[in-house]
Amino acid sequence: MEPTKDQLLDIFKTMSTIRAFESKAVELFAAGKLPGFVHLYLGEEAVATGVCANLTIKDYITSTHRGHGHLIAKGGKIDLMMAELFGKKTGYCKGKGGSMHIADVDLGILGANGIVGAGQPISVGAAFACKYRKTDSVTVCFFGDGASNRGTFHESLNMASVWKLPVIFVAENNMYGISNSQKTSMNVADIADRAAAYGIPGVAVDGNDVIAVFEAASEAVKRARRGDGPTLIECKTWRWRGHFEGDPSVYKKPEDQESWLKKDPIPRLEAKLVDLKYATQPELDKIKSEIKAQVEDAVKFAEESALPDIEDVLTDVYAN
Amino acid sequence: MAEMTYAEAIRDGMRQEMKRDRNVYLYGEDVGIFGGCFGVTAGLFQEFGPERVIDTPITETAIAGSAVGAAAAGLRPIAEIMFVDFMGVCMDEILNQAAKMRYMFGGKAKLPMVIRTPCGAGFSAAAQHSQTLEAWFTHIPGLKVVMPGTAADGKGLMEAAIRDDNPVIFIEHKVLLGAKGEVPEGEYLVPIGKADIKREGTDVTIVAWSLMLSKALAAAESLAQEGISAEVLDPRSLVPLDKEAILNSVKKTGKLVIVHEAVRTSGFGGEIAAIVADEGFDLLDAPIKRVTAPDTPIPFSPVLESAYIPSEEKIIKAVKELF
Ligand SMILES: Cc1ncc(C[n+]2csc(CCOP(=O)(O)OP(=O)(O)O)c2C)c(N)n1
Ligand SMILES: [Mg+2]
Repeated sequence: MEPTKDQLLDIFKTMSTIRAFESKAVELFAAGKLPGFVHLYLGEEAVATGVCANLTIKDYITSTHRGHGHLIAKGGKIDLMMAELFGKKTGYCKGKGGSMHIADVDLGILGANGIVGAGQPISVGAAFACKYRKTDSVTVCFFGDGASNRGTFHESLNMASVWKLPVIFVAENNMYGISNSQKTSMNVADIADRAAAYGIPGVAVDGNDVIAVFEAASEAVKRARRGDGPTLIECKTWRWRGHFEGDPSVYKKPEDQESWLKKDPIPRLEAKLVDLKYATQPELDKIKSEIKAQVEDAVKFAEESALPDIEDVLTDVYAN
Repeated sequence: MAEMTYAEAIRDGMRQEMKRDRNVYLYGEDVGIFGGCFGVTAGLFQEFGPERVIDTPITETAIAGSAVGAAAAGLRPIAEIMFVDFMGVCMDEILNQAAKMRYMFGGKAKLPMVIRTPCGAGFSAAAQHSQTLEAWFTHIPGLKVVMPGTAADGKGLMEAAIRDDNPVIFIEHKVLLGAKGEVPEGEYLVPIGKADIKREGTDVTIVAWSLMLSKALAAAESLAQEGISAEVLDPRSLVPLDKEAILNSVKKTGKLVIVHEAVRTSGFGGEIAAIVADEGFDLLDAPIKRVTAPDTPIPFSPVLESAYIPSEEKIIKAVKELF
């Protein structure tokens, strides 16, 4: 199903928020303000956004180490996210988790994850819970091309398919797992082809075309809500930055980087919005500058927030 | 002797053995052109080529499991697991395959394999990328567990681990990778199972390994200024453990403090304390103290993380409690 005008404008805002948040994170990391590992989603915004535009607050997602985009697309609050990146007490995880572990269970965000492939079986469990409780909620599992080589991929897709669980597996194929290209890690061109092994639909789409992503996800979500089981969607995309901030990506060819930069999903969407007369370019530019101001506010909130108290090290290990 | 970092020394140990024995090969995630997530394998791909320095997909189960198969079939694999935290992914291959195969087969198999993996907090890498998990492996008969705390030991123990006919879990510390030390050139072997007294003393024995060795040495230096002479003993390998060396040191000092970065409960410090309580009770004139991380996952925020990691101050405090 095609997105409506309102949906498309919301999609534009979400993608622009991810872009602004991540661009700010580049700056902040370079300035030494963000501790730990920071894996950015720049260039991949259409994937999380196009998929999550089909979800409600009652649906679940599992995310990855490269999670900021998924979180924002699922409704995560950027001030709480930013404070977590800074390791502040006001952050989503009180400063205990950092970029790789941000979660908002009330919004159905079952966490970014530091273990590649770990979200796959967790998504199966969340989908099982939805089916067990007879809700029509679904779970989306985001993971990378690299993660699709882990054993968890096989076990999760198999279990979800035999149990007909309402889960949508979204493979974000950005062509690399750290320095390893997809070509050196698997002998199939399309990860989507692996769906055949589980007897479920597999579709490969241009992950930098947010409308294509939206449509594929819309089908898969409908199928899952109907009780017909999982789908594997592969979104072909590209990470603009290094694997983490600080990785100069020597293993990537400059010409590949250049050609993918030209496929930037945001100007593509802007052209579409203008073409459909849903908005004028100056209107879109105004939205983008408002979003940038919101991101600045989030940074201010994070910077002005208190550090965690040392005693917090010992809390939250067990539920009472 | 040459000045080298801990990372360079471990790499040199691998290089020496790869030159010596074609059955030795190295593989893991991003160990090739990328040089390993922490640069420990940098240059080996260029030196030994893609046949012997091999990038794998993200597939810890197959990395560890294939080391078992290759070793059983006569090779001497060095497998890298990018963080010790990811050993959970391949625990069956370690627990039920590598560790037990020789025993279950009635002594008919040999598994000369090394799994290299880095541990340790200190980079705000949070709960899934900062753990120190040696105790898991020491609880599995059939494995050797090695944890170098200096550059020279890194090289010598690596060479010994590669030549060992048993599965060796070789745990490096991320914070130590850039630490410099004098390292013997050429072939250099440090026997697995032999402790090293890193500083002699008479009043208290501090047993510490991996990164905690350097904190214990710093603590001993401060304590010396206050008139307490601490002996610092690095077991270097936990399995096999040089318990004679520990008991001999306690015989001299009468006091024992054990320091490890791993969490307290079921940490290897408890094992050392039990051995000394059992076999050296009469040697002690004070309770045995442990300085460890608290029983929690590792927090992200730098203020929390530095409170979490055992520090020089905490070691000094524990020692002083004995006087
Ligand atoms: C089980 C496990 N193995 C290895 C790693 C180290 N690691 C972190 S991200 C990454 C690459 C992931 O590649 P992919 O799944 O394609 O995601 P991308 O980073 O490209 O978004 C690796 C190897 C990890 N975190 N967990
Ligand atoms: Mg990838």
